[in-house]
Amino acid sequence: MSKVTERLYNGLVKENPTFVLMLGMCPTLAVTTSAINGLGMGLTTAAVLALSNMIISVFRKIIPNRVRIPAFIVIIASFVTVIQLLLEAYIPALNDALGVYIPLIVVNCIILGRAESYAYFNPPIPSLFDGVGMGLGFTVALTCIGAVRELLGAGTIFGFGVMPDSYTPIGIFVLAPGAFFVLACLTALQNYIKLKGEKAGKDRSRFQSGCNEDCMNCSDSGCARRFYDTGAEKKEGEN
Amino acid sequence: MSELLKVSSNPHIRSKATTNGIMTAVIIALLPATGFGIYNFGIRALLVVLTTVASTVLTEALFGLYKKKTTVTDMSAVVTGLLLALNLPVSIPLWMAALGGVFAILVVKMLFGGLGQNFMNPALAARCFLLISFPSQMTNFDCDAYTGATPLAALKAGESVNITDMIVGHTAGTIGETSMIALLIGACILILLGVIDLRIPGSYIVTFLLFAGIFGGHGFDPAYLAAQLAGGGLMLGAFFMATDYVTRPITIKGQYLYGIFLGVMTGIFRIFGPGAEGVSYAIILGNLLVPLIEKLTRPTAFGKGGKRHEK
Repeated sequence: MSKVTERLYNGLVKENPTFVLMLGMCPTLAVTTSAINGLGMGLTTAAVLALSNMIISVFRKIIPNRVRIPAFIVIIASFVTVIQLLLEAYIPALNDALGVYIPLIVVNCIILGRAESYAYFNPPIPSLFDGVGMGLGFTVALTCIGAVRELLGAGTIFGFGVMPDSYTPIGIFVLAPGAFFVLACLTALQNYIKLKGEKAGKDRSRFQSGCNEDCMNCSDSGCARRFYDTGAEKKEGEN
Repeated sequence: MSELLKVSSNPHIRSKATTNGIMTAVIIALLPATGFGIYNFGIRALLVVLTTVASTVLTEALFGLYKKKTTVTDMSAVVTGLLLALNLPVSIPLWMAALGGVFAILVVKMLFGGLGQNFMNPALAARCFLLISFPSQMTNFDCDAYTGATPLAALKAGESVNITDMIVGHTAGTIGETSMIALLIGACILILLGVIDLRIPGSYIVTFLLFAGIFGGHGFDPAYLAAQLAGGGLMLGAFFMATDYVTRPITIKGQYLYGIFLGVMTGIFRIFGPGAEGVSYAIILGNLLVPLIEKLTRPTAFGKGGKRHEK
């Protein structure tokens, strides 16, 4: 798997910022009242994330370690300001719908988290795609949450009526508690699918870490499977 | 030696009370209020009761099948369904009542680990879920028997109310809350059977009356206080829902504190809030504070704490 696709897969599925890393919960819960809001918030964040990741990566060798956080914040804040001015000029409706959550992208944990953990240590191109992958993962998650909430709470998806007219919207889903219900259910669903895949022996994280199923001679100390290796227990029992 | 010392592992104090027995007692105690609700609002009330009970029991049974652990026989689902029905207006669409039942059992109770693990009263949480989701249907008390506002709403609007009707229960309201007499009969049954005691209901009602007297704007006017007492879900909440074993504090001091908190919150919601009723929200907020109350009122173990004797 090439570096670029690996980064995209990582952000979208393996380390999805919303459903796996549980980062950026504030915009996730607050703005996903409809699918279009979720999509708008996700894409805005993705744009900031990709660009700031790349610039931070470009400057990673001249940013002193001690002042890296203020430097990151300055870069991120610049991009957020640019994006907000663009939104105000070209998509004022989305700007009004998202309101204060656009300036708040500056303090979004995902962006600072990727800068700290990836962009500061890696070259610009993988960093850019790390940002794109993470941003798209965030977008997909927010759009899913927004779509479910809009479907149940208003009977529409992206503003199109999909439910029959006799459907009575369950108002709680477009209010704050609904965000928690939907996020929890989708995370549970995601975990369920993942566990099922693991049981069927299709756990991709094993192949990526170069697993040869021999835990005794494996140097990967971060592998969770290491401690559950049934073969190793048997050997000990024989001795 | 063996006659003097009996060595056994804990628990050392055992009670013959079973979950099943307690739940059956609560169901029996709720029957007068349910019966009066059906008599008062007509056969549709029975339909609502049957719908919620069926949905709670069915949800619990299906979840039991999925988890391969049957818990439906402990009757707690029936109590939840019955309490939920008593908290709904008679005109509610039946699918909403059923949805409330599913929410109560699945989300509030089973997802947190089943009976004993739920941090909130399932029936009340479902009522609040429905109230937030369908505000117009949940506050529509128009039915064949009555049209217009509940006595509490009328009282809040400054109109006069008929106290005798409120005590007997000939008023608009949810299915089970209207008749103070029927609820008190049920409460007496529970107290005589030893299922509940007066600590929480007593401190709740007394605190609420003091609060209403001081801040209600009518002083300690007996007619006003009687109307506040008999109107709305105060009796149902105080005797049947605030005393829920799972969601009340276990310490005795904590139970008084809990009752006082519920009384103050109900007073604030009823007198200063935009709506006329506030019992369900007060009890839910109280449920959330239970761990803190228990931590605050935890008794010191024998030999711990206290002053050291100086030589």
